[in-house]
Amino acid sequence: MRPQAFVRTEPVPAMPPPASGRGVTGWLRENLFSGPLNIVLTLLSLLVLWWIVPPLLNFLIFDAVWVGEDRAACIVTPDRPRVGACWAFVAERINFFIYGFYPVNERWRVDTFFALLAIGIVWLLATWAPNKRVAAVYFFIVLPIVSIMLLLGFAPLRLSYVPTSLWGGILVTVVVSAVGIVFSLPLGVVLALGRRSRMPAVRLFSIIFIEFVRGVPLITVLFMASVMLPLFVPEAWSPDKLLRALVGVALFAAAYMAEVVRAGLQAIPRGQYEGAQALGLSYWKMMGLIILPQALRITIPNIVNSNIALFKDTTLVFIVGIFDFLRTIEAARIDPKWATPVTSTTGYAFAALFYFICCFMMSRYARGVERRLETGHKR
Amino acid sequence: MAQAAPPRISPFYDPRWRSIAFQLLLCAVIVWLAYSAVTNAAENLARARIASGFDFWNSTAGFDISQHLIPYSAQSTYGRAFWVGLLNTLLVSFLGIVFATIIGFAIGILQLSKNVLVAKLARGYVEVIRNLPLLLQLLFWYNAVLKALPVLRDSISIPGGMLLNNRGLFLPKPIFGPGFEAVPIAFVLGIAGAFGYRHWARRRQALTGQQAPVFAVGVSLILGLPLLALALTGFPVTFDFPEMGRFNIRGGIEILPEFAALLFGLSIYTAAFIAEAVRAGVQSVSHGQTEAAYSLGLRPLPTLRLIVVPQAMRVIVPPLTNQYLNLTKNSSLAVAIGYPDLVQVFTGTVLNQTGQAVEVVAITMAVYLTISLATSGLMNLYNRRIALVER
Repeated sequence: MRPQAFVRTEPVPAMPPPASGRGVTGWLRENLFSGPLNIVLTLLSLLVLWWIVPPLLNFLIFDAVWVGEDRAACIVTPDRPRVGACWAFVAERINFFIYGFYPVNERWRVDTFFALLAIGIVWLLATWAPNKRVAAVYFFIVLPIVSIMLLLGFAPLRLSYVPTSLWGGILVTVVVSAVGIVFSLPLGVVLALGRRSRMPAVRLFSIIFIEFVRGVPLITVLFMASVMLPLFVPEAWSPDKLLRALVGVALFAAAYMAEVVRAGLQAIPRGQYEGAQALGLSYWKMMGLIILPQALRITIPNIVNSNIALFKDTTLVFIVGIFDFLRTIEAARIDPKWATPVTSTTGYAFAALFYFICCFMMSRYARGVERRLETGHKR
Repeated sequence: MAQAAPPRISPFYDPRWRSIAFQLLLCAVIVWLAYSAVTNAAENLARARIASGFDFWNSTAGFDISQHLIPYSAQSTYGRAFWVGLLNTLLVSFLGIVFATIIGFAIGILQLSKNVLVAKLARGYVEVIRNLPLLLQLLFWYNAVLKALPVLRDSISIPGGMLLNNRGLFLPKPIFGPGFEAVPIAFVLGIAGAFGYRHWARRRQALTGQQAPVFAVGVSLILGLPLLALALTGFPVTFDFPEMGRFNIRGGIEILPEFAALLFGLSIYTAAFIAEAVRAGVQSVSHGQTEAAYSLGLRPLPTLRLIVVPQAMRVIVPPLTNQYLNLTKNSSLAVAIGYPDLVQVFTGTVLNQTGQAVEVVAITMAVYLTISLATSGLMNLYNRRIALVER
């Protein structure tokens, strides 16, 4: 009789790992093919991707024409049955898209302006850059003055006068958005404070202004600025076309900024106000030293988001006859020299890339700040 | 113990006096600004010999409008042109809101799908569309897509008697014969019946706990009654199909490419924002709610309908209202592609012809303000109904 052993002497061989849930196939099964509905959705998505991606890549890259002199380079010929984007057209007109009609010899001034602006933006927004207070002074006070002297002309420095009617392209787009941003923030802060003020007249005025501007489309504000503003001032000071549009954009942006800032002000707990008052600070000291630094800090993501909206909205100055970036595209795409079936689409694709990259970078920045501000105490 | 008299402070440091003085100063500045604006305007207008007042309203417009929902010709008045433009604005805004809501909710829900591919694709749509200016999108749809369609001679015919070319989309036009009046009446009756049934079903559920198929009965009432009316009256509808002529297309309903581009652009653009609002709203409902519903024995669909959606709607409605208003205001971009909306007709052509900038711009702004205030008022009402009732 064999001895009864209930205890195993050798280990059971290891079972193979479960087929699903691990590795590429497991991931695929779990995420893409977990049920009939999911399979249908996956197949539909693949179909959509198949419709979008290859034609898009073909158009933008593989079939694109990179060099050429005129339309002959971008038309369909028997040995080239498919023609994608006509980048040769963009390459030839790139200076027009950037500077508009700005005199060729003076274009270094525009480049300098871009460089100064870039320095200001990086200084103000980058977390590692020191001295934010100096940066704010630079961006909101020094930069506007220097830019006006640089772009418009300043006789003592032998910078010749360049009328705004010659400005165009990305220059105008950047100027309009920069002016909108630089003026809308202080104005918006004032309006937001006014809306929360205890003085009825101030509050009423702020509310009327904010709600009025937010209730009408930007185009009507621009029309108002461009046709009514000249009526409201003495004939001698009739502002130039670009300035009118800038006034319209700045006022419009200020109303939206005011609401963004107000949201930030409301997020500051009452104790902060009471603490400041208990210390005997005056209204402006309380706002400037205690409330606004905190409120603006937490609203940075929203401020950037509203600047994205503003940046996209600057295209509307096109309608009141300002030569912004989109308008230069519109002007160039109907040029007979480059008249091909793909010219319009190429122009729009270029504009889309420009706007997308700018806006996407801004929104990434806003997302980053938001993540950094999400500290434990916020629930 | 005698109470110490409050210390006397000079009015300069008294906050009350300060605030009064400051407000008076502000009012004075505003009054002065308004006064100088008005006098300057009067002077400038007199110099330019531009009439003021609203007399132009009843004078002959003398221009044509390509799309009019009410009878209009070049002999009509400026006032008539205003109404034509306003109706066109309302038409494109209404249809835009409907389409944007449908696309936006679909994309917003797809963004939350567990299927990574679908979620990423929906996310990509939102990111791309939100980061491109609407004007650029409109110009693209209009100039690069719709204007690049084949010319009249090579019109694409779509099954169902539709024709598509660079002058627009031509649809068969339904012609309603006698007896058709019964159908809209049946439709209204169907809606009333559905609401009545819902009311009855709720009362019964409250009393007895028995549920009734409200949705199925409602749909069959609303769709079935008109179909029944149609069948009983012997289908009094014929279609006038668009026919290709030598130089134009006869018959049918014409959808202008301007209208199509604007509607398409507005819907797609606003849908991206609505999708974001929907995603944020659904994500704001904590997972515990879903788990609690499951543990009560609710199945996934009722959970969604009874637990998640009502709470998510509370978060979704305010931004949704904003997007509806934005869409209405953005419809003014029609002026860039030549769709005859309020701004294009009134602030464009009428302003150019009459030169009465102040009146025309003021009327236009008043219209948009009214639309904005009315919409936000209605939405606030709805919002109050679904808002969380706390202690």
